[in-house]
Amino acid sequence: MGRAGWLLLLWMLVLPVQAGEVLRVAVASNFLPVARLLAHSFEAETGHRVKLVPGATGRLYAQIVRGAPFDLFLAADRVRPQRLEREGRIVPGSRRTYALGRLVLWSPDPQRIRDGSGILRRGDFHRLAIANPRFAPYGRAAREVLERLGQWQALAPRLVRGENIAQAFHFVQSGNAELGFIAAAQWQALPAARRGSAWPVPANLHEPIEQQMVLLSPRPAARAFHAWLLRPESRTLVRRSGYEVPADE
Amino acid sequence: MSEADLQALLITLQLAGVTTVILLLIGTPLAWWLAHARGRWLPAVEALVSLPLILPPTVVGFYLLVALAPQGPVGRVVEALGGPRLAFSFAGMVIGSVIYSLPFVVQPLQNAFRAIGPRPLEVAATLRAGPVDRFLSVALPLARHGFLTATVLGFAHTVGEFGVVLMIGGNIPGETQVLSIAIYDHVEALDYASAHKLSAGLLLLSFLVLLLLQRAGRSGGTRS
Repeated sequence: MGRAGWLLLLWMLVLPVQAGEVLRVAVASNFLPVARLLAHSFEAETGHRVKLVPGATGRLYAQIVRGAPFDLFLAADRVRPQRLEREGRIVPGSRRTYALGRLVLWSPDPQRIRDGSGILRRGDFHRLAIANPRFAPYGRAAREVLERLGQWQALAPRLVRGENIAQAFHFVQSGNAELGFIAAAQWQALPAARRGSAWPVPANLHEPIEQQMVLLSPRPAARAFHAWLLRPESRTLVRRSGYEVPADE
Repeated sequence: MSEADLQALLITLQLAGVTTVILLLIGTPLAWWLAHARGRWLPAVEALVSLPLILPPTVVGFYLLVALAPQGPVGRVVEALGGPRLAFSFAGMVIGSVIYSLPFVVQPLQNAFRAIGPRPLEVAATLRAGPVDRFLSVALPLARHGFLTATVLGFAHTVGEFGVVLMIGGNIPGETQVLSIAIYDHVEALDYASAHKLSAGLLLLSFLVLLLLQRAGRSGGTRS
């Protein structure tokens, strides 16, 4: 490499530093598409860079407790952020609800789900995919729905459990499970032609899926992104993407 | 150890056992052919057999899920023949594990067969031993150390498998939940005590298996 080449390399290394800070944001996989849009607008506005690290909320929590270098954590529930708060790992006062998750029962087959929850009572399917109810918030909500419909016992042997809601979605999308409880946001993100048939689960059938976020570092850029996510424009985008947002705090 | 953990252990041992038997049945003729064949297809087949060494298990799991789906190339044929759904079943996990552990059985066998060389087989042939007889009473005993290595590696590698079974298992307790998945579940549920217990058990089991292999290798290792 000639001198010009070295200079170019050096310039490329220095460039991101000049352009702003780099943030690492751990995000529950169900929120990733929306987080991407919000990160893009934030980057365009401020010149900072946002690196999104998607994963299951429980795993991300375990990594944070072990010192993973995240600035912000967008969890899929309230439990893990509360724990982090109790353990004194967050910037005080930064635990906020950024979205309320909704469930959809989905089949890629347009003819399959015709009468809402009726298919769950009839049970004329082979496999039903859900996120793991033991630790995934959407899985826990799916379990509550099945319990309130009185179908949990009957359907338990036919459940396949994804590590998180993204894997539950993939089980259905690939055709290996005919049905699955997925996040409403995932369903809305599908092209209209591939939405098949669905039953938007009424919110009163499960405890609210309160998705909370916490600031893990006091850096100004991290605070700025935290505030960015709560702006009215951001909340509108979140609502349009298939979530509800809490009433103004 | 909880009921579910015990079941996960049993399923893991069953899966590893069935997979190892199938691998020895498939792997022996394949390794024999690889050890003796010549021709331009040989490198391609060898590369294909070694592929699971390089591929992330998630790649294998992802393509298996695509292939085994009712509309997938394999799933459609199985369904047409009246076979069972393979995804999220024990049979499906066996298929995944056989593919993923293939090189761990074939390569030791291939090396053992190659190490015998042509000489003992030629001698046997001059004593009018037929090809089957030559294989059974000359090649097999001479390659016994290779068989031992292949068995232990195939078994141990299946016990340690995670990515493939995570993708195609569906994590059904008592059916497709294996030990590695159960540990992962405990960690995600923040039940670190159970995770510790199972992990330490698996660590000990793996160490004992490898220790056994080393000792067996020392006593019968003059051949390979």
